[in-house]
Amino acid sequence: MKLVFERGNEGNQCTILPECDVPQVELTTPKREKSLHLPQLSENELSRHYTELAKQVHGVNDGFYPLGSCTMKYNPKVNEEAAALKGFTKVHPLQPEHTMQGCMEVLKTSEELLCEITGMDAMTLQPAAGAHGEFTGLLLIKAYHDSRNDKKRTKIIVPDSAHGTNPASAVMAGFTVVSIPSREDGCVDLDKLREVVGEDTAGLMLTNPNTVGLFDKNILEITSIIHEAGGLAYYDGANLNAVMGVVRPGDMGFDVVHINLHKTFSTPHGGGGPGSGPVGCKAFLQEFLPGKQVTGTEELAFKVPEHSIGSVKEFYGNFLVVVKALTYVLTLGKEGIPAASKNAVLNANYMMEKLKDIYPMAYQETCMHEFVMTLEKMEHEIGVSAMDIAKSLLDYGIHPPTMYFPLIVHEALMVEPTETESKETLDEVIGVFREVYEKAKANPNAAHEAPVATYIRRPDEVQAARKPVLRYEF
Amino acid sequence: MGSYLGNTTEVQQEMLREIGFDSFDALFSHIPDEVKVKELNLPSGLSEMEALDKMEEMADKNTVFKHIFRGAGAYNHYIPAIVGSVVNKEEFLTAYTPYQAEISQGILQSIFEYQTMICELTGMAVSNASVYDGATAAAEAVAMCRERKRNTAFVSETVNPQVLRVIKTYCYGNGIHVEVIPEKDGVTDMEALKAALKEDSACFYMQQPNFYGNIEDADALGEIVHEAGAKYIMGCNPIALAILKTPAECGADVAVGEGQPLGMELAFGGPYLGFMAATEKMMRKLPGRIVGETVDKEGKRAYVLTLQAREQHIRREKASSNICSNQALCALTASVYMAAMGEKGMTQAANLCLSKAHYLQGELNKAGLKPKYGQPYFHEFVTTSDVKAEVILEALEKKGILGGLPLNEYDILWCATEKNTKEEMEQVAAIVKEVCQG
Repeated sequence: MKLVFERGNEGNQCTILPECDVPQVELTTPKREKSLHLPQLSENELSRHYTELAKQVHGVNDGFYPLGSCTMKYNPKVNEEAAALKGFTKVHPLQPEHTMQGCMEVLKTSEELLCEITGMDAMTLQPAAGAHGEFTGLLLIKAYHDSRNDKKRTKIIVPDSAHGTNPASAVMAGFTVVSIPSREDGCVDLDKLREVVGEDTAGLMLTNPNTVGLFDKNILEITSIIHEAGGLAYYDGANLNAVMGVVRPGDMGFDVVHINLHKTFSTPHGGGGPGSGPVGCKAFLQEFLPGKQVTGTEELAFKVPEHSIGSVKEFYGNFLVVVKALTYVLTLGKEGIPAASKNAVLNANYMMEKLKDIYPMAYQETCMHEFVMTLEKMEHEIGVSAMDIAKSLLDYGIHPPTMYFPLIVHEALMVEPTETESKETLDEVIGVFREVYEKAKANPNAAHEAPVATYIRRPDEVQAARKPVLRYEF
Repeated sequence: MGSYLGNTTEVQQEMLREIGFDSFDALFSHIPDEVKVKELNLPSGLSEMEALDKMEEMADKNTVFKHIFRGAGAYNHYIPAIVGSVVNKEEFLTAYTPYQAEISQGILQSIFEYQTMICELTGMAVSNASVYDGATAAAEAVAMCRERKRNTAFVSETVNPQVLRVIKTYCYGNGIHVEVIPEKDGVTDMEALKAALKEDSACFYMQQPNFYGNIEDADALGEIVHEAGAKYIMGCNPIALAILKTPAECGADVAVGEGQPLGMELAFGGPYLGFMAATEKMMRKLPGRIVGETVDKEGKRAYVLTLQAREQHIRREKASSNICSNQALCALTASVYMAAMGEKGMTQAANLCLSKAHYLQGELNKAGLKPKYGQPYFHEFVTTSDVKAEVILEALEKKGILGGLPLNEYDILWCATEKNTKEEMEQVAAIVKEVCQG
């Protein structure tokens, strides 16, 4: 379709702003030389342009979205309504404190409820995304060791199954990364862990359930190995949707945790943000938290923690995202929060069970909220890859599972149905997965060609990277 | 209790049985008992109506000012009606990062269009798909400029103090040494900058217009920085860019800024938008997502996430940044805003800001406040007086006006935008006059 710059006519313009009601002032400093090219469209043309674009997007509302590790659950409408309240959207972040008590109450209440769910004592809502939370949490660990003048703790241990943001965040926070291989069952190899810990260990980053969707039963031993070595344990909350109200990171021995409001707490992902990645910590780390903490009960006030690492973002984080998540937590409450996780785990196990006779599972145990299939054998025997299966699903209006992750499983497809899907949908989708498999087996070439019914066919990514065209030239 | 589960209890029991479990307890039996939690200490769940009531109650505790003369990093601009209608479309709102290009062309194309508009606005060669906000954009830009033998970043004292705080926090992590160049009469002290830059200087970050609203001599600063072989980063107000000399024209290597003025609500500070653009030479050092044009297997024009060899999911600890989720929907907001405004609307908004701020300053002068600096300014300026800032601001608040930001006991940072009318500004001046004479 046309780009917005390829539509409209010269001089066409929406009339948005009024004429100037005060004497006009001329800029006395140098003006821009190059004229500013922007679209010139009537509102009707503009509106249709974006409606057409929207039709080429698959959102959660367009169909099943089992993108493993991303928790693409339904985004409740009441959350959006709460976030659109003028009492939130029209508040300037630098208003006097007594004029923004409501916003401060949102922060305080959210922190308290999320601390209870994660088993933490204090929290910051400043980080804007999961990776941003990781970076923040690691800075807390760094500040803790620095405050004890323990400068030799420069290493963060990360399992080889971890999400790429873990090692990247560790480096941004000034650590070096020690990658440890996972056991065959995807869990932490305790012997390997004992080998690498030492006086240089700053901490360990871990998800539980881990990135292959299994709950690591040795968790208490893992966190105590880290603690005995003098390090801290960091919980990556990417997979929290599996265990809410069942286990808490704080009770598993973790000292710092980040959670993803745009995954676990139902806020929409917006095609790649804004998200929100609050960071919770145990009491001994509270003094290092970034930004401001809300204190008081009647009259709320902001306070900068005594040894704060500073700020990881301006103001108080992606506030409206926090409003949506708070609405969600209040709606579900103490009954609904565990119920969500339980149904998420049930849905995943149900799907796994119904597919495992034809799609080999990387791990045979009961999974948590997601499971990983490996198509290595199929790829080897008939040349149909995980990518081919994923692309075939597109023709059925299904968003593919996460592909080629975690890296320790070959030809991986990671499926996370989430709790908001019904058995009816799962049964339909299971039927599609089975049909795709049979068709691919019968005709591998057709699988290489998929998708055929989408707006574009497979794009040439190599050309995009070799000869980057990153903007429209007028 | 509210719930968004897809299955009823009966269906759950049926599913459990089908896969060989007799209860949820059995399904979770592999989790050791010693880590299990009995019950969360949370309030009971609410119906939708009750939940919304509760949120409204909190929203109602805030004061919504009808008249706003405060900026300092968050600006009260008019948002065209079409912006909300587009960004609230469920497809855009509920999709994930566009990994699957075949079913994400709408988002990918919208980001490509956004990148183009940011390049137009800044004059730079390439833009990324956004970062979290203006402050993190500045911090990421500083990290981009580090080289093996250049590990010191200089930041002007005239930048937003919050941005400086974020830069320092990021640099506490990555080990870049940060030094602040002092201000002189409300702008960067050029002599101090010249004296400070050395062989190990990585970059200099400045803000245009700066925190006090003053317009810096960006050309001259750029020359000084480049003479020392360092990189020049400009933090820009996107509305001002419609009329000010562009970062590219001032020789910037990286241009960043807070994109909130481009159609985002004040929203108590977020979600906002960090925009980042760079010269072609710095392209592969940009953090975050970048969308590129290509063709599909039938030769049809298509858009994909590209240059991914920079990113964490490929490079892990060697990535240029850890960023994964960014602010895609805010980037879309900015695109729709700029598309609706067009060149004419953007220029008009900038000129209205400029003219109104000057009118406001004139009126406040007459009312008894003195301009603190003698510099050219855009839509913000600082006043000083013998009357305490809090006295002035309280008097305004009583009339439902959010006055400027108090910087210290006597100085106030004011802001005017296209939303402030002549009548409104005269009312502010009248109140200030009364206080000053009182």
